[in-house]
Amino acid sequence: MPKPFSRTRGRPRFPALIRLLQNPKLGLGGGFVLLLVIIAVFAPAIAPHDPLEQDLMASALPPFWLAGADPAHLLGTDDLGRDVLSRLIFGSRVALTVAVVAGVAAGTVGSLLGLLAGYFDGWTDIAVSRLIEIWMAFPAVLLSILIVAILGSGVGTVIVAIAIIDWTRFARVIRADTMANAQADYVVAARTLGFGRWTILFREILPNVMPGLIALLAMEMGIAVVIEAILSFVGLSVSSDTPTWGSMIASGRQIIYQAWWVFAAPLAAVFATVLAFNQLGDGLRRALDPVMRR
Amino acid sequence: MIAGAAHRAAMMAVTLFGVALVVFVLLRVAPGDPIAMMIGPGASPADIVALRAHYGLDGSLPMQFAVWLGAMLHGDFGTSISLRRDVVALIGERLPATLELAFCALGVALVLGIALAVIGTLGKRRAGEAVVDGATGLLLAIPDFVWALLLVLLFGVAVPLFPMSGRVDPSLGAQFHTPFYLLEALVTGQGAAVRDAAAHLVMPVLALALPLAAIIARVLKGALDEAMVQDYVLLARVKGFSELRIVTREALRNAIGPTLALTGVQFTFLLGGTVIVERIFSFPGLGNMAIEGVINRDLPLIQGIVLTFGFLFILTNLVVDLTVVGLNPKLRHG
Repeated sequence: MPKPFSRTRGRPRFPALIRLLQNPKLGLGGGFVLLLVIIAVFAPAIAPHDPLEQDLMASALPPFWLAGADPAHLLGTDDLGRDVLSRLIFGSRVALTVAVVAGVAAGTVGSLLGLLAGYFDGWTDIAVSRLIEIWMAFPAVLLSILIVAILGSGVGTVIVAIAIIDWTRFARVIRADTMANAQADYVVAARTLGFGRWTILFREILPNVMPGLIALLAMEMGIAVVIEAILSFVGLSVSSDTPTWGSMIASGRQIIYQAWWVFAAPLAAVFATVLAFNQLGDGLRRALDPVMRR
Repeated sequence: MIAGAAHRAAMMAVTLFGVALVVFVLLRVAPGDPIAMMIGPGASPADIVALRAHYGLDGSLPMQFAVWLGAMLHGDFGTSISLRRDVVALIGERLPATLELAFCALGVALVLGIALAVIGTLGKRRAGEAVVDGATGLLLAIPDFVWALLLVLLFGVAVPLFPMSGRVDPSLGAQFHTPFYLLEALVTGQGAAVRDAAAHLVMPVLALALPLAAIIARVLKGALDEAMVQDYVLLARVKGFSELRIVTREALRNAIGPTLALTGVQFTFLLGGTVIVERIFSFPGLGNMAIEGVINRDLPLIQGIVLTFGFLFILTNLVVDLTVVGLNPKLRHG
């Protein structure tokens, strides 16, 4: 419901900040992501143990709230006696690296193609649209597994695989957004003023599709975390001496009846991270979209 | 209408050709030489050449592609390198398991999604709507892979209600004559086999169905919100019909069309999700075999399965397109 008299109180001093506080999704999602970034950056200082240090005398210790726990290992240890909490903390590094780099890579490729297809109709649009259709005919997970198997495992490969399979998410949305914007009055005006096509596309249309792009990017980062976990789970992501949430889940799955926490802890981390990125994206979409803001 | 269908079928062929080309390029740039893996240490160079010719790996790349595509079109997907059996036969054995899983998940997603949308609409501006919105938001945010693992933890370990792997319990000794276990057990009325096959399906089906149910619920609820302010709903209220009846009989009938079209498109994502969900639950379907194939670098098997998925995806989109056009008179002459 519109409030007709609310304007008389004047503009708030920090409209962006107030919008942020009024938007719990943005605050909670963004807050968790920020926390995760801090944990990943300062992992060596925060982690209580070396994530690779094995201690077979202290294997499969339960987390602190269960009987038989060792206070030195808050979330317990795995079958090789490695500290679960420390592995979790170090695992956030791979997860976040993949999330940010793969998200930006997929977003850049997809948005560029989407902008081109949306603005230049005719052959450009037909070619990009057909490419999207062909790409959508592949099961994404199988394609990413295949790409990593071909290129060899490693963080870089995982990032490339995610960019190759997920650019279509951006291309589809940005294409439709660009098409709608290309018909708008401001673009017609810019054309009348004699602006070139590329200037209009990158100086006029791009800033207008940016809010949607940023929201998509946040969501894609969550998806990238999951794909990395899937590839680790299948045993294809990074080498085994780098702790990742996915490989922790996979090895925890083997001992799930003896030590379920080894499986549950990284799963909870993936769950919370995906949810946080999703809420951040949703919150950004609402906060940045002038229509939804009202 | 017929011209439109023909045009769509032609587009489908173009897409499928594109898929085949991508598969070919992907698998031919693979650094691991499948022939080198197949032969023993004592093989002579002549053996290698013979094997290359046997699998169509000699000749120029465009030539290889032409030969390969020709074989594909004749339904000759070659022989699996790791399993040493005809790829078409292997796919024929595994595809029914995947289809049974996918269609059960689709059914559950539809029932759950529609139920959530109706509850949310009935509880408009009350607690019901908030709960439904919160639940769909959560279901939507978390992908099938994570749901599957959470279900493993919940129903496999904490409250062990359902079996964690496979399609049927081998100790049951059930004999199936078709690859559609659940369907066959239902048709032939084998109660124990139905219960066992269904129990094995619960977790993988839920993992696949939950995100789709959320999409259905969200879109349908939006459509119901619009329908609920239409004149015919007002008329039904004046007539004194109950809210439940108005939502399920009047509004739902008008709101469900676009939702079903969207569900059709989303079904391809569900099919893609079966790959990792089958892996988690050791479900003997196509996706699980595909991952084995990738690990074993089994070229013929991988390309056969990827093309099968591609064909299923494109076919799904075609069916959805034609159904939408067929049901909407405005589009029929487009």
